[in-house]
Amino acid sequence: MTGLTHLTMAAALDGLAKKEFTAVELTEAHVKAVETIRPLNAFITETPEQALAMAKASDARRAKGEAGPMEGLPIAVKDLFCTKGVPTTAASHILDGFKPEYESTVTSNLWRDGAVMLGKVNLDEFAMGSANITSHHGNVISPWSPGEVGNWSRQLVPGGSSGGSAAAVAARAALGATGTDTGGSIRQPAAFTGIVGIKPTYGRCSRWGVVAFASSLDQAGPMTRTVEDAAIMLRSMCGFDPKDSTSVDMAVPDFRAALTGDIRGLKVGIPKEYRVEGMPAEIAAIWDQGIEWLKQAGAEPVEISLPHTKYALATYYIVAPAEASSNLARYDGLRYGLRVEGASLKDMYENTRGAGFGKEVRRRILIGTYVLSAGYYDAYYNKARQVRTRIKWDFDEAFKTCDVILTPTAPSTAFAIGEKMDDPIQMYLNDVFTVPASLAGLPGMSVPAGVGSDGLPLGLQLLGRPFDEETILRVGQVIEKAAAVTATPPFMA
Amino acid sequence: MSYIQGETGDWEIVIGLEVHAQVISNAKLFSGAATAFGAEPNSQVSFVDAAFPGMLPVINERCIEQAVRTGLGLKAQINLHSVFDRKNYFYADLPQGYQISQYLQPIVGKGEIVLDLPDGSSRTVGVTRLHLEQDAGKSLHDQHPAKTYIDLNRSGVALMEIVSEPDMRTAEEAGAYVRKLRSILRYLGTCDGNMEEGSMRCDVNVSVRKPGAPFGTRCEIKNVNSIRFVMQAIEYEARRQIEIIEEGGKIDQETRLWDTTKFVTRSMRSKEEAHDYRYFPDPDLLPLELDAAWVEDIKRTLPELPDDKKARFIAEYKLSPYDANVLVSEKARADFFEAVAKGRDPKLAANWVTGELFGYLNKAGKEIEESPVSAENLGGLIDLIADNTISGRIAKEVFEAMFETGEKPADIVEKKGLRQVTDTGAIEASIDSVLAANADKVAEFRSGKDKLFGFFVGQVMKATQGKANPALVNEILMTKLKG
Repeated sequence: MTGLTHLTMAAALDGLAKKEFTAVELTEAHVKAVETIRPLNAFITETPEQALAMAKASDARRAKGEAGPMEGLPIAVKDLFCTKGVPTTAASHILDGFKPEYESTVTSNLWRDGAVMLGKVNLDEFAMGSANITSHHGNVISPWSPGEVGNWSRQLVPGGSSGGSAAAVAARAALGATGTDTGGSIRQPAAFTGIVGIKPTYGRCSRWGVVAFASSLDQAGPMTRTVEDAAIMLRSMCGFDPKDSTSVDMAVPDFRAALTGDIRGLKVGIPKEYRVEGMPAEIAAIWDQGIEWLKQAGAEPVEISLPHTKYALATYYIVAPAEASSNLARYDGLRYGLRVEGASLKDMYENTRGAGFGKEVRRRILIGTYVLSAGYYDAYYNKARQVRTRIKWDFDEAFKTCDVILTPTAPSTAFAIGEKMDDPIQMYLNDVFTVPASLAGLPGMSVPAGVGSDGLPLGLQLLGRPFDEETILRVGQVIEKAAAVTATPPFMA
Repeated sequence: MSYIQGETGDWEIVIGLEVHAQVISNAKLFSGAATAFGAEPNSQVSFVDAAFPGMLPVINERCIEQAVRTGLGLKAQINLHSVFDRKNYFYADLPQGYQISQYLQPIVGKGEIVLDLPDGSSRTVGVTRLHLEQDAGKSLHDQHPAKTYIDLNRSGVALMEIVSEPDMRTAEEAGAYVRKLRSILRYLGTCDGNMEEGSMRCDVNVSVRKPGAPFGTRCEIKNVNSIRFVMQAIEYEARRQIEIIEEGGKIDQETRLWDTTKFVTRSMRSKEEAHDYRYFPDPDLLPLELDAAWVEDIKRTLPELPDDKKARFIAEYKLSPYDANVLVSEKARADFFEAVAKGRDPKLAANWVTGELFGYLNKAGKEIEESPVSAENLGGLIDLIADNTISGRIAKEVFEAMFETGEKPADIVEKKGLRQVTDTGAIEASIDSVLAANADKVAEFRSGKDKLFGFFVGQVMKATQGKANPALVNEILMTKLKG
C-alpha cells in the first residue's frame, strides 16, 4: 500500500480510526519508503525493528480504546534528539558510538501520544549550517533535485540544519519529522522542500535531551506536509518540563482547533526593512501574492517597521557561536564519543576535538571563543546582547499595531551543492529573514506558497506574538489553501 | 598593629581570604545526585553532573536557601536578583568544560565577620560577597602509572565562595577569621566546616607593604586545607615577598601552592598564564529572582549566632569575655554549658566546663559531642558540691572517675565512699590526734608561726582522706589551736 506514505497525518489518523489500515501496515509502508529514499542520505540511523514494535504496540492500544493524539503515525527524528538505546550523533564524528541511556522530553512526549519512530535523520553537524552539507555522515540531497535519482543533473540542498527531516517528509518517507531551529533551521529547509515547519515560541518545547547548539535560541518544532499536521504534531511536542529551566509552565492549546479559516479583521504586519536590497523578483512577487491572499480573506495588511533588522544577522552570529563554544566544550573525549589519544591531556583534547569536529563547527567555536574573550567581550558579546534586546523591542512595538507578521522565509529557492559554499557569509545570509524572530524568541512558521521560475518551492514566513502559535497556524492554513501548491518533488517514495 | 621586622624596617602583611564552603544539602546544586562524603567513586553522578549531551541544570532550591541563610548570618545584603554564569576552562574533572558560578551578580553582597582575638579584643573584617558555584570532580593521579582516574562524585556539589575584604594584617587574624566563619556556618547548619574532608578550603591572598603605603602586588595561594596551613602559608609567603623586595626585586602577581611537606609556597602559574574564563550568563538558567518575603521567612528561622550568644553569656551569666568566647566558639559547647548552668551557679558551671571538661576532652582528643560526661551528670556533680555532699577537691576526683566510666557522680561518691564528713565529732577527733602527734608544731604556731595553719589543715585532710568538710576543719582547727 504505497498510497499510505502520501497521506497527511490527519488522513492517516482517520484511516487508522476507521480501521482502513493498521499502524503496522502504515509503518511497514514507511519503513519501505525509508529504504527507497536512501539515495537522498536523509537518514543516519534507520530503526525499522523498533518502528514495527512500536506500531504493534500502537495497534494494541488502539484496540483497547487508548489511542493517543498521534497514535500510529510514523515519524522521523532529527539526530539531535537523544533517543534511548539508539545512536545519537548530532551528525558529528565526535559523538561516534554514543548511545544515550535517556530519551529527550520532546520525543518522549511524541511516543506517549502514540507516534512511531522510523529512525534518526541527518542534519548539519551540531545543527550548524543552512544547507545540510556539514554533516559528518555526508550531505543530504533534496528530493527536488532534477534529473535521474542518484545521477542528478543538479544536486540541490534541502536547506539546513534540519535537512534530513525536510527531505524525508518531502519525499514521503515520514508523515512528519522533528526539527530544531536556532536561527531558521526548521523554517528555511521547510521552505526549500515545500513543506510546513514551525519554530514555536522559545520555552514551548523542552530542550532537555536535545543536543545543545545555542541554548538561548534552540527550539524544537514539527516539520510536516500540511499546516493541520503541524498543529497535530506541535501539540504533542510541547509542554512544560521541570527539567528545563527555560521551559514555560503554560497550558498547551489544541492547536488544531485554532484552524478556523477565519482571519477577518486580522492585522498583518509587513515589515518594510525586509525588502532587502537585491531581493530576487520572484521572492518579492510571492510575498506580494501572500499579502493579496490574506487581504482577500478579510485580513488587513499594515506596514510595520523593525528598525534593528539590519543588525540581526551580525547579532545572531555572535550570540549563537558564543553559546556554542561553551556548549561544545563537553565533547572532550573523556566520557563518551570519540577519543583520539595523546601524550598529555592537552594533546588528547586537541587530537580529539581536531578530528571530531568538522570545519564549520570549528569555525563557530573559534568565533564564539573570540567574542567572549577578555578585551573583546564588551565590543562583541555584550553589544550583541544589547542589540538583541532592541530587536525584541522592535517586535513588541510592531505587535501593538498588528497581530501577525508576514515575510518571505528565505531569500531564494534551494541552491545546488557547491553554490554559495566558498564564502560562509553568503551562506549565513540564508538566515536573514528567520534570525530576527529567533533572537526575539517568537514563534515562526514557514508555509509553502508556490514555486519559483526554476520550479522549486517558495515559502512564506509568519511570525506571531509570544505563545500565539494559534494565530500563525490559522493564517498559515489560509495561505496554504489559497496557494494550493500542487507541485511535488520529482523523487518520492 | 603587629609588623614584621625586615632589613629595611617594618612591613605590614595584607591578607584577604576566599573560602569555599560546601553547602549542606542532600542533592547537588543543579542535579538530584547525592552529596554524601566517602561514597564509592562515581556512584553519585547523574547525567547532568557528567555533562552528557542534552542535559540541563535545574537549580536546587535548598542550596539557594542555604546561601541566603549564610548571607543573613554574615549580616550581608541579600541580592533578590542574581545571575548564574559559566566560567569556561578545560580540565579532565570538569565535565561540562565550564563551571556554573556567579560572576557579576552574586546572590549575597557585602557583610561582615567579627574576629575574636586571643587577647579578648574584637576586630571586624568585611565580607565582599558570597556566591554559589558548582564543585569540580576529583582527579586521582596515583591509581595508575600513566593514567589519571576521575571521580565525579563531587562534580556539581554546591559550594559557597565567601570572599573577604583585604582587611586582615596578621596570620593570627586570618586564622581567627577562618575559625569564626566556620563557627558561624556550623551554627547556621549550612556547611559542616570539615576541612580534612575538603568541605572547607581556602584561597589566601597575601601582599606586603610598608605601613601606610598603598597595597603591594598580591599572590594567591590556592586550596589551603587547614587553619594551621593558612597561618603557616601566610607567614612563609610574607617573608618570601619581603625578602624579594628588600633585595631589589619585585613581586609577580601569580597563583601559588602551599607545599604541605616542605612548608613553602611554590609558583603554580603566572599572571600571563592565567586563564581567560570567558564568563557569560548561563543561557540554560534564568536569572535567579528571590521573593523578599521568602528571605524574611528564612531570617526568622536563624539560630542565635556566636556574637549574640557571647553578648548574652556575658550579660546573663556574668561570664568574662574570654570564657564566653571559648564557650560560644562551637554551638555544641555553648549548648552543653547552658544545660549545665541551668538552675546552678553559672560561673561555677563555666569553670567546670572550660576547665576540667575541656582539659580532659583535649587530652583525650575528643569533641564535646563525644564527651563521656553528660551535661546532666556534670550538673549533678556541681549539685553535690553545692549541697556539701563532697568538697571541690573530692569533686575533681569524682570527675576523673566520671570521665573514665561515664557513671553518675552520686553513684561514684557512694561506691568510693567519698561523701564529705560534716560530723563535727569525727572532725574534732581527727584534729585532736593530728595536734597530739605534732605537739612541737602546735607550740611553734602558738608562738606566732601562723603559716603552719596550712600544714595542720593538710594533715587533717590527709587523715580524713580529703572527705572532711574544709570549712568545718578550718573553723574547729582555729578554735583548738588558739585554745
